[in-house]
Amino acid sequence: MERIEVLKTYKIFIGGQFPRTESGRYYPLKLKNNMTVNVSLSSRKDFRNAVVIARGAFSGWSSRAAFNRGQILYRIAEMLEGRKEQFLEELKQLGYSAAAAKKEVEQSIDRLVYYAGWCDKYQQMFSAVNPVATAHFNFSVPEPMGVVAILADESTALLGLISAVAPCIAGGNTCIVLASESKPTCSITFAEVLATSDVPGGVVNIITGSRKELHAHFSSHMDVNAIINCNFEKDFNKTIGENASLNVKRVFTWNKNWSDEKEQGPYFITDLQEIKTTWHPIENIGVSGIKY
Amino acid sequence: MAKKEPKKLEYFTDWKYAPSPEATDHIRLQKQYELFINGKFVKPNSGKYFDTINPATEEKISSIAEANDKDVDSAVNAARGAYDKTWSKMPAKERAKYIYRIARLIQERARELSVIETLDGGKSIRESRDIDVPLAANHFFYYAGWADKLEYAFPNRHPKSLGVAGQVIPWNFPLLMAAWKIAPALATGNTVVLKPAETTSLTALKLAEIIQESGLPDGVVNIITGHGPVGASMVNHKDINKIAFTGSTNVGKWIQKAVAGTDKRLTLELGGKAANIIFEDAPINQAVEGIINGIFFNQGHVCCAGSRLFVQESVAEEVIHKLKDRLETLIVGDPLDKNTDIGAINSKMQLNKINEYLKIGVNDGAEMYQSSCTIPKKGFFVRPTLFLNTSQSHRISQEEIFGPVLAIQTFRTIEEVIEKANNIPYGLSAGVWTDKGSRIFNLTSKLRAGVVWANTYNKFDPTSPFGGYKESGFGREGGLHGLMPYLKF
Repeated sequence: MERIEVLKTYKIFIGGQFPRTESGRYYPLKLKNNMTVNVSLSSRKDFRNAVVIARGAFSGWSSRAAFNRGQILYRIAEMLEGRKEQFLEELKQLGYSAAAAKKEVEQSIDRLVYYAGWCDKYQQMFSAVNPVATAHFNFSVPEPMGVVAILADESTALLGLISAVAPCIAGGNTCIVLASESKPTCSITFAEVLATSDVPGGVVNIITGSRKELHAHFSSHMDVNAIINCNFEKDFNKTIGENASLNVKRVFTWNKNWSDEKEQGPYFITDLQEIKTTWHPIENIGVSGIKY
Repeated sequence: MAKKEPKKLEYFTDWKYAPSPEATDHIRLQKQYELFINGKFVKPNSGKYFDTINPATEEKISSIAEANDKDVDSAVNAARGAYDKTWSKMPAKERAKYIYRIARLIQERARELSVIETLDGGKSIRESRDIDVPLAANHFFYYAGWADKLEYAFPNRHPKSLGVAGQVIPWNFPLLMAAWKIAPALATGNTVVLKPAETTSLTALKLAEIIQESGLPDGVVNIITGHGPVGASMVNHKDINKIAFTGSTNVGKWIQKAVAGTDKRLTLELGGKAANIIFEDAPINQAVEGIINGIFFNQGHVCCAGSRLFVQESVAEEVIHKLKDRLETLIVGDPLDKNTDIGAINSKMQLNKINEYLKIGVNDGAEMYQSSCTIPKKGFFVRPTLFLNTSQSHRISQEEIFGPVLAIQTFRTIEEVIEKANNIPYGLSAGVWTDKGSRIFNLTSKLRAGVVWANTYNKFDPTSPFGGYKESGFGREGGLHGLMPYLKF
């Protein structure tokens, strides 16, 4: 008798674990092989749980050495490269051509490597020692904002999500991501990559569900510091903007063609950074002119 | 009332450190090493080899090829060919991937590299394991990331690579110096001919193996071994675009003269005679540790070693007392033993030089104080040494000894110590110990040195630029600034 294939249950990713949605709801997704996946239709409660977890993970992640964050991002790329075949297959099931799938996975890996490199470099470009007129040592450095809510790109299954998550965590933030609604499976498989890449639990949390239902919660939560919307949806954008004002969330619309190599760079990192300036007095005794 | 004697630290104990030697059975070494040119190990044109020995035992480890002018020429040609054909044409992000691979391979083979570094150079296994090798890997990792980001580092300038870089490195941090040189050169798109020091070729040759394993295109990195004339031949080679040298100030001056009138770019990381300044409000115990680390790290074979100690008069007695106590606890001996603090002096020649300076110090009238520790009969060892009552004019206060020898002076005022600290041809580094932040920044702005450590010493990081003022050389290695010497704008 022919062997029957074991099918994978796609759950969500919170705090380094893979729970089912607390709501018990789902939405069906038909794949190209005519199989149907029941995708978790996450609730407001799932999101709120994830925010608590992401906030808890923030102090540890942001205080990691920048170099260590770079190593971990590079590790994600290594793990993704190793599981390339699985992603190619999944992308095909979501309707990608073989060539498009290959391009998407390879660009995703390269983008992770790209941002791995930035982890310990953007600070050197955007910090300053400020030549104030008084006897003070005055310097400004970027610091991560905190917890970031991300509405991932709808049109891509993997590259868009990675293009938003990578600069966010490279800069020491933690995040909750709502995966592409129509192409959610790859996001959850990517969560498996994250879970095996030394990324501490809670740094990246990925949920699946309806953008229509969740965008208002993503933008109104009082313990989220910034929201990134990777899609252009006029009605949603207005709600997001208005809700964000509740706690002065920083709002960014990253509605980009992520397959364009120009859509990567340190400014995606600095969007999610605050600038901190420190003043420190300089004693002024000793030789006035340096003689040697 | 009798003057209260300062409390002596009780280090005496019946407990002894049991030997804790690092295993050497897992390392892979060949009896003879060839030159690494164009991706292959090739025999030297001269047919000559020299011995590399373990300075802790004086036993031979391996034979190393002695390159001559013809070998230098073929290495440069290989580098030029690789530059023209592959490396300068490769997309930057792909270039980065090779450098990341090298970083990962160093991490994977870290223990083997550490043991070989210790065997060949004499430094304690603790240092090669915890400092040299991880920093070398991190350096490749850091610069790999820059490869495709150079336009951001120098906006509006469209930086371009130079071509072939000739790099000559010293024996005090053999693998780490190779990493400091090769990583930024590759990240910026240059190809490399590197010459390690003759007493410490092995880890550079292991790095050559790693480079082979990484699949880096042939000729992008070439490693040639030998003595001084090999370096001289590289400096004078017509097809080299850039010379990067780390070593003594004398050789540095010779190189600067030799490239005069050519288009060769040059960076020099030369000698130092750092002032380590202890103010009366400093956390004294921490400062004592800092002084010890500052001068005895790597047997004092460190260009940025804190070899001149300036102690404020009011705390001089306490500091010197504690320093002597601490000196007594340092373990000198087998570099492979994990308990060892101070390993072997790198070579007979260096040992003689240090001993010569000990005589000079005594003859000049300074008071010598040495640890009472025993040192092994075989191998090149010297007791950690303090010189008290030295003055600014003593040769041991002015010249770089490059050994575990500390010259101590006292001072009363800030003016005085700034004057004394700066009054020297060198300007590589300095240390400041005080509880007062405003004083630190006063000192950092007035000391003429490329690196100033405040309440710490001998700290290195791939992101942090390193290099000197004045006769300690020019150009920076590490950080964003470390890219500049390998780019034209």
